[in-house]
Amino acid sequence: MSASTLSRPASPLRPRLLGRSVVNLVVFVSVLYTLLPVLWLVLASAKNRDALFSSDFLSLTDFSFVQNMKDLFAMDGGLYGRWYGNSLLYAVLGAALGALISIACGYAFDKYRFAHKEKLFGLVLAAVMVPQTVLALPLYLMASSAGLVNTFWAVFIPVLFNPFGVYLGRIFSQGYVPDEVLEAARMDGAGELAAYFRVALRMLGPGLVTIFLFQLTAIWNNFFLPMVMLSDQDLYPVSLGLYSWNSSASVSPEYYPVVIMGSLLAVVPLILAFALLQRFWRSGLTAGAVK
Amino acid sequence: MTSATPVSVPTDATARPSPQSPAAAPRAPKASGSARRRELGACGVLMTPFFALLATVFLIPVATAVHLSFFSDDQPGLGFGPERTVFAGLRNYAAVLADPTFLGGLGVVALYCVVYIPLMVTGALVLALLLDSGVVRLRGTVQLALFLPHAVPGIIAALIWLYLYTPGISPVIELLGRADITIDFLGVHTVLPSIVNIALWSNLGYNMVVFYAALQAVPREVIEASVVDGAGPVRTALQVKAPLVRSSIVMVAMFTLIFALQLFTEPMLLSQSTPMINSRFSPSMYIYDAAFTRNNYGLAAAASVILLLCTIALSYGVTRWTNRANAAEEGAR
Repeated sequence: MSASTLSRPASPLRPRLLGRSVVNLVVFVSVLYTLLPVLWLVLASAKNRDALFSSDFLSLTDFSFVQNMKDLFAMDGGLYGRWYGNSLLYAVLGAALGALISIACGYAFDKYRFAHKEKLFGLVLAAVMVPQTVLALPLYLMASSAGLVNTFWAVFIPVLFNPFGVYLGRIFSQGYVPDEVLEAARMDGAGELAAYFRVALRMLGPGLVTIFLFQLTAIWNNFFLPMVMLSDQDLYPVSLGLYSWNSSASVSPEYYPVVIMGSLLAVVPLILAFALLQRFWRSGLTAGAVK
Repeated sequence: MTSATPVSVPTDATARPSPQSPAAAPRAPKASGSARRRELGACGVLMTPFFALLATVFLIPVATAVHLSFFSDDQPGLGFGPERTVFAGLRNYAAVLADPTFLGGLGVVALYCVVYIPLMVTGALVLALLLDSGVVRLRGTVQLALFLPHAVPGIIAALIWLYLYTPGISPVIELLGRADITIDFLGVHTVLPSIVNIALWSNLGYNMVVFYAALQAVPREVIEASVVDGAGPVRTALQVKAPLVRSSIVMVAMFTLIFALQLFTEPMLLSQSTPMINSRFSPSMYIYDAAFTRNNYGLAAAASVILLLCTIALSYGVTRWTNRANAAEEGAR
């Protein structure tokens, strides 16, 4: 290495270079670890059932991506399209509504003063750590007595609850909405709610998107609650649907290619959301850390 | 209820912006009575939707779970006639705690936590420190690549890895086979590491991003000072940077712990393919099995309350322990 020919005594250059390559190697291996399974999913989705079980995995002779896609949407009378729509409905609508509810509450925690505020906030934080599995049975019994089991609402209402969003909303409100701005709005004669909806909410935009994105991910991931609440396959979200198809696959292997293709398609919306909203969630992520 | 994503801590608790005024009260102290009433009214309107949800999907269910855990359904006589719900005192708790399958599940989760949490926290921290050291190329791309699994839903991550663990489909097993190595990823000793691997794969990049954001907030002067003092990059990373993001480390460890205790999705899916995972493999699976397979609500509720108490105790322990460590640190200065 030419660095060693330099006349600097005991130059740290060589260990530095070695260190650099070791660091880059470690990072490169980690990237392979995270990327290769996803790459496998992409490759496997293009294979028919026989090729899936054949040994030469990288051969593209049996390219049947389109056929798999057709099979997926034709399987069991087009159930997958149904599930996909359900998931979108639960996740997009739920996250949008949930984020609005949470951020309004977080804002109120930040900007208003009232008795026992911090105790109430402690309750919100406590709700973050209570396991879902603890709530599932009582929620099921409550939904059952309200006649809501096995309906859209049994899944939709619980997922709106996002205590962590309130915590974030409070932080974002502290960071993004200066009190002077609210004061100015009041001087102009705006009511409290008008000041929130016309002035503050606009400033909270990036925070709102961040909370929306976290909640979207959580609802799209949701598996336990639908499993408890739903028995009608037409109401399943994608996660539960793929779970039930996968359990059929061990008996009837024709399900394997559709489960793989279905998994690939189920990953797309979240990746799209993270990519398109990158500007927002990145600033949301760092807003709390930097200030 | 939307806490399916493990670790949703995008911000550092202690690094949050300090409120401009202590109680964050924007009003001048001598606000008139009617203005104060208007404020409280608006506050109520903004908070009501959330607290209505809190009551219906959190407080009432928790209370119901506690209530249910003290009752059981008795079948009179030979199982004929209507079921009666009778007060059972602590009998459900005694039954759960004497049940070897429940204790086994607790053991599994304890082992899972002991293996998974240190791996996750050190792995994510080391990657963040490496990225922060400035010698990594294509930093933005690397971050996105590491973050990618976070966008893969848990059940699908489990599906992908299940296939990668399945002989005949998995190219991994195929490659290992060519090197004359045979591993059964779903065997009696390997199934837990296999689950740890799925969780690690899903969450490593996310936590790395949290740590990286915190590291970016460390003032550059502090790092320069340590370099001037002659500390090498490794020492700077371990002795200067890492302690400065300790609150993020605690947060990540805490959330990882809370979600690890709920272990359900991955073993539930893997149980479709391996007899090594039974229907009561983890406490959460035990609860599901008791409630919806055996229809024993009292037993399921008692197990839920025990899991809840374990979660609270451990979180409290972690908080206490870090507070004490912080105090010791302060005292040493």
